[in-house]
Formats: sequence, C-alpha cells, structure tokens
Amino acid sequence: MNRVRRTFFTQAAAGVAILSLAPGFRLVELAVGKSDDEPVSPSVRWGMLVDTSKCAQGCTACVEACNEEHGLYGFGRAESDAQWIRKMELRDEQTGKTHSLPMLCQHCADPPCVDVCPTGASFVRDDGIVLVDKHICIGCRYCMLACPYKARSFIHEELNNQRPHAPRGKGTVESCTFCVHRVDKDLTPACVEACSAAGHGALIFGDLNDQRDPVAQKLRDLPSTQVRDDLKLNTAVRYYGI
Amino acid sequence: MSSTACSRLIACLILTLFIWLEQAGAQISGNSRAAELEQCVEPTALMRKSHMDFLKHQRDLTVHQGIRTRKHSLLECIACHAEKAANGEFIAINAQGQFCQGCHAAVAVSMDCFQCHAARPEPSAMLTNHISITTADLDSAR
Repeated sequence: MNRVRRTFFTQAAAGVAILSLAPGFRLVELAVGKSDDEPVSPSVRWGMLVDTSKCAQGCTACVEACNEEHGLYGFGRAESDAQWIRKMELRDEQTGKTHSLPMLCQHCADPPCVDVCPTGASFVRDDGIVLVDKHICIGCRYCMLACPYKARSFIHEELNNQRPHAPRGKGTVESCTFCVHRVDKDLTPACVEACSAAGHGALIFGDLNDQRDPVAQKLRDLPSTQVRDDLKLNTAVRYYGI
Repeated sequence: MSSTACSRLIACLILTLFIWLEQAGAQISGNSRAAELEQCVEPTALMRKSHMDFLKHQRDLTVHQGIRTRKHSLLECIACHAEKAANGEFIAINAQGQFCQGCHAAVAVSMDCFQCHAARPEPSAMLTNHISITTADLDSAR
C-alpha cells in the first residue's frame, strides 16, 4: 500500500472513531427496542443499581416477584431449593449500622462461572447477561463453586408446571437471567417492577453503556460499590450505600 | 448374510419407516388451533421430517442471540397444537394420545423437551398477544 493511501485510511479511521466515540454524541440514535428477529447487540450492557438506602428491611417483594415470574418453588429444603435472588440483612458489628440488600447473579463481564464451565453452557450474551444454556448443561456444578456470590442453584428434583417462558429442569444449574424474556420485549425485570410497586424504588435497571439511561446517570453521580471488587469481575449489579 | 442382502434389508426398513411415519403422522384433530389451519409453518411432509432441526436451530438462536421469532418456536408449536379438555383447560401436549406424544410413541423416540419446557400454553394475560398466530401470519411466513 502506498504512503498516501495508508495516511488516508489512518486519518479516516481516526475520524470515524472520534465521531462515534465522543461521549453523549451519536450520529445515529439508538433504536428503543429490538425486533424479534434481531440478535442482541454488544453495544448494550444491561445492569442494575441497588440503592441500599431505599431497600427496606424485611421486604421480600423482589424475591416473591422472581419466584412468581419464573415459577420457582421449593421442596422444604432451604439449603438446596432454587433461589435466584435473596434478601440479606447485614450489620456492622462495630457501629451497629444495618443494611438490607438483595443478592443475585451480578452478571459479571468476566464471570468465573463461564471460565470453569466445561461445556460452554455458561455464557455471557452479547448484551452482558450471563446465562446457562440448559440444553448443554451437564449439571457438574463447577459454576456454583466458582461463583463468589453463591448466585446459582442446582435442580435436584423433577419439576412440574414450569412457566412457558422459563424452562427449568432436573440436573441443570440456573440463576438470575435479568428476566431475559422480558428484557427482549423492552420490559424491566420482575424484581425491579415489584420493588417500584412496593414503593421503594431501590432497584434501577437499564443500559450501562447508554449515558442517557437513568442507571448510567445514577452510577455516574453516586459512589457505588461492586461486591468483592477485589476479584475485578466488573459486575453489572452495583450497590449504593454499603 | 452377504453385504448386498444386508444393505437391501436396511434400505427396505428405511422405506417402510417412512410409511410408518406417514401412518403414525400425528392426527391433527380435536379442538387445537392447528386443526383449523390448512398447513403448519412449513409443508406437512417437511415438518414431519425436519421439525426437530427447526426447533434445535431456533433454540440456539433464542438462547444465545435473543432472537425470538415465532415461526419455529417451541412455544408457538405448543400454543397452536395444544387441545383443550372439556373443562376448558389445556391438555399437556406430551400426554397420551396428544399431538407430540402420539407420533413419538409410535416411532419409539423419546422426547426430552418437556422435562424443562412447559407442555401446555399459559392462558395468562402476558402471553395472549404472543400466542396469536393466525392464518394470515402463516401465509406471510410461507
């Protein structure tokens, strides 16, 4: 390639990069939702901010909504029953300050569950949602051991009456999907909706990559924390107030 | 048995298999929505032979890429082929004599789909707009 052409291409590439990467400026506005036949886009990264100052102690609206949405039910064994989101009550022993917060799959950008999965069943979807493809999950449970958040459950028993949009079955591992079936239809996850309906509004869901999205704006303005940030997993669920 | 005779026998068995399949071919009857339609989303012969390939292809697209088109979706198969009992409730599609089970029992092929997937449509408000495939939709899909 001659020198003139090479210079032209370098400058053109730089120009395109500047135009498209300037913060808050887009040549083409992003579409609000995707159509059914469109694959998810890596330009989106779904995430959640948990405002623990608004999360009410003893309230389990998010957990109940999740159980209802995905048809989760137990067998009376709390240690092994499926649980996609759980409420935790924390207390600082020195000061006595208490926090209430939901713990769920943190949808890491570099998830340990995906690293250890021997079949490729655990994967990160292009829009950042961490999922289990149960068609290829062999139920080895390596991911459950690898997850620092204890976010995954193994199904030990045969299940009945699954919801049509939430297939689940014996011998596979499962966890929060950010309500992927709802997100694909431009709805927010069931827990977020339930938290708002309960009047707390402690959960904010949206596109972390879109600077105009309320979740991205809040995360820019508020000091937020990643649980176990020492592991550098780049979680999509961030906490405020802990 | 010589290898020629053996291969002839296998060929015969394969040929008769198609006849069995035709005979076993699910009887679309009863009060399912499918019973009112002339043809499925693909020609009947193709559906009988390749429905599992369509489903497998679609499942990978849906789980990994979030593509949720309705034409080859298991949810739509069930929505359209499920029959209703006298009390108005849907009968599981893998129950004895129902659409999936009828044919799979005849050809002795087990179905794993319904270990995880719901075998009947949900008459909830959330799904009513989703399971409304019509004759016009099928025409446009062809």
